[in-house]
Amino acid sequence: MSVLDSVKFDADGYLEDPKVWNKEIAEAIAKREGVTLTERSWIVINYARKEFETKGEAPTLRAITKNTEVDTKELYSLFPGGPGKLAAKVSGLHKPTGCI
Amino acid sequence: MKTFLILGAGTGGTMMANKLAKRLDPQEWEIILVDREMEHYYQPGFLFVPFGYYKPESIVQPKQKFVPSGVKFINSDIELIEPDQNRVTLKEGNKVLSYDHLLIATGTDIHPEEIEGMQGAGWQQNIFDFYTFDGSVKLHKFLNNFNGGRIVVNIAEMPIKCPVAPLEFAFLADYYFQQRGIRNKVEIVYSTPLSGAFTKPVASKMLGDILVKKNILIEPDFAISGVDSAKNIVSSYDGRELNYDLLVTIPTNMGANVIGLSGMGDDLNFVPTNKQTLQSNKWQNVWVIGDAANVPASKAGSVVHYEAETLIENILHAIAGKELTAAFDGHSTCHITSGFNKSLLIDFSYDVEPLTGVYPMPVVGPFPLLKESFFNYLGKLSFRWIYWNIMLRGIPFPLPPAFSMAGKKQ
Ligand SMILES: Cc1cc2nc3c(=O)[nH]c(=O)nc-3n(C[C@H](O)[C@H](O)[C@H](O)COP(=O)(O)OP(=O)(O)OC[C@H]3O[C@@H](n4cnc5c(N)ncnc54)[C@H](O)[C@@H]3O)c2cc1C
Repeated sequence: MSVLDSVKFDADGYLEDPKVWNKEIAEAIAKREGVTLTERSWIVINYARKEFETKGEAPTLRAITKNTEVDTKELYSLFPGGPGKLAAKVSGLHKPTGCI
Repeated sequence: MKTFLILGAGTGGTMMANKLAKRLDPQEWEIILVDREMEHYYQPGFLFVPFGYYKPESIVQPKQKFVPSGVKFINSDIELIEPDQNRVTLKEGNKVLSYDHLLIATGTDIHPEEIEGMQGAGWQQNIFDFYTFDGSVKLHKFLNNFNGGRIVVNIAEMPIKCPVAPLEFAFLADYYFQQRGIRNKVEIVYSTPLSGAFTKPVASKMLGDILVKKNILIEPDFAISGVDSAKNIVSSYDGRELNYDLLVTIPTNMGANVIGLSGMGDDLNFVPTNKQTLQSNKWQNVWVIGDAANVPASKAGSVVHYEAETLIENILHAIAGKELTAAFDGHSTCHITSGFNKSLLIDFSYDVEPLTGVYPMPVVGPFPLLKESFFNYLGKLSFRWIYWNIMLRGIPFPLPPAFSMAGKKQ
């Protein structure tokens, strides 16, 4: 039985309630998405959680690279594909609203 | 005498100067409008200039022509805003202006320097933007002499103003080369950081189908990492490389530098703004209209127009010491030109994505939504006249500003 069995996800695989998130859940989501979390990934995740707590939404890529030591290139290697969406997913946040 | 200061005399600043001049008591208020430029560009025309569909001179008018009597226009760069002191410093004569209320309407601009290599040897040789007057005029000269090859249209980063303009560019390029009889010699690639043609699902599907129909290749989820002018290659962070003969870039869009310098902006120099009242999140006598605001609506002229209706009411309420009651709903209406004298119409808000159906319109009858038609194209073409003669002068449309579900299919 995985820790993921006890929490709810939306149709796109994002945690329904960001408040139930913890490190163990993050690791399990990462595994499900096929990424390995490193110390560097955690810089991004911790920042994303902090941003969510103050602003109520996931940070943009630009905000992550501006406010942490991780640059865009590294971000793509830590969270391959769409780092914005993947980092939000692993951090237990809702799908980034993106733009219009 | 009190001062109402407006920064930026583009679409929003000019429109609001006209509205405020009508509604504020001239005995009590001085209205000042500042802009660094003397010319007003009809920006939607930047899309048509590269293909020769509009002449450059047909989309420029003197700014002062739209400044109503009773409003003082100052031509100067704005150097610093100090909202805690209620004052603004201008470059012209280092003049300091104090204000009682401030409206920020400084818009957004492109920043090619944000992308590595973009302004290398190929810049304005075979790399062009069409988001500036200069860029669209130069692109026109280039296209005139372009007789075949691979065109890559690239959106660097979201958000951008008029988010449908890059798609329209690709559609029009297809039409333009067909007209010239050399479409078979031209490959068109549309590369975007989004996962599809547009941001919202229903429209993304419909517009994506049109790309396919027009034989335009789409390269989705493309996050640009740099341009190599020597090799004519644009690359992405996930290691994809696209070669081009012509790169049409929509570089990173950012709010005015002065917003950042004054510590009033977010990561992209957009001003954090209450999305309903359009008041600054931090200063009660600071208001924001149009592209300068960080609200999650489209950055478009139609949005500016709808916002103005909310804003004028809220400003008058605030001045009278009353509660703010008007709320902007994120309403946006966009015409998407698709070539062959046709266009599509989309209409949406903060809460409702673009849907199919019809858009009810008094007198002339309903416009079809998310469907190509000649009738819609007439709507797009008449926009230039409406812009100069109705919108900028702050005259209300015969259309209600609030978003409505009437005619839309769910
Ligand atoms: C290619 C293209 C196609 C478009 N098509 C459409 C369309 O079909 N429909 C639609 O509705 N919208 C369209 N738009 C978008 C529309 O033009 C803008 O959203 C609208 O003009 C925004 O108005 P604004 O007042 O916020 O900014 P702007 O009109 O851009 O005005 C900003 C003003 O601030 C001034 N300024 C900035 N910084 C300073 C400073 N430091 N000192 C002094 N002055 C300063 C500038 O000189 C400028 O005059 C299009 C835009 C582009 C680029």
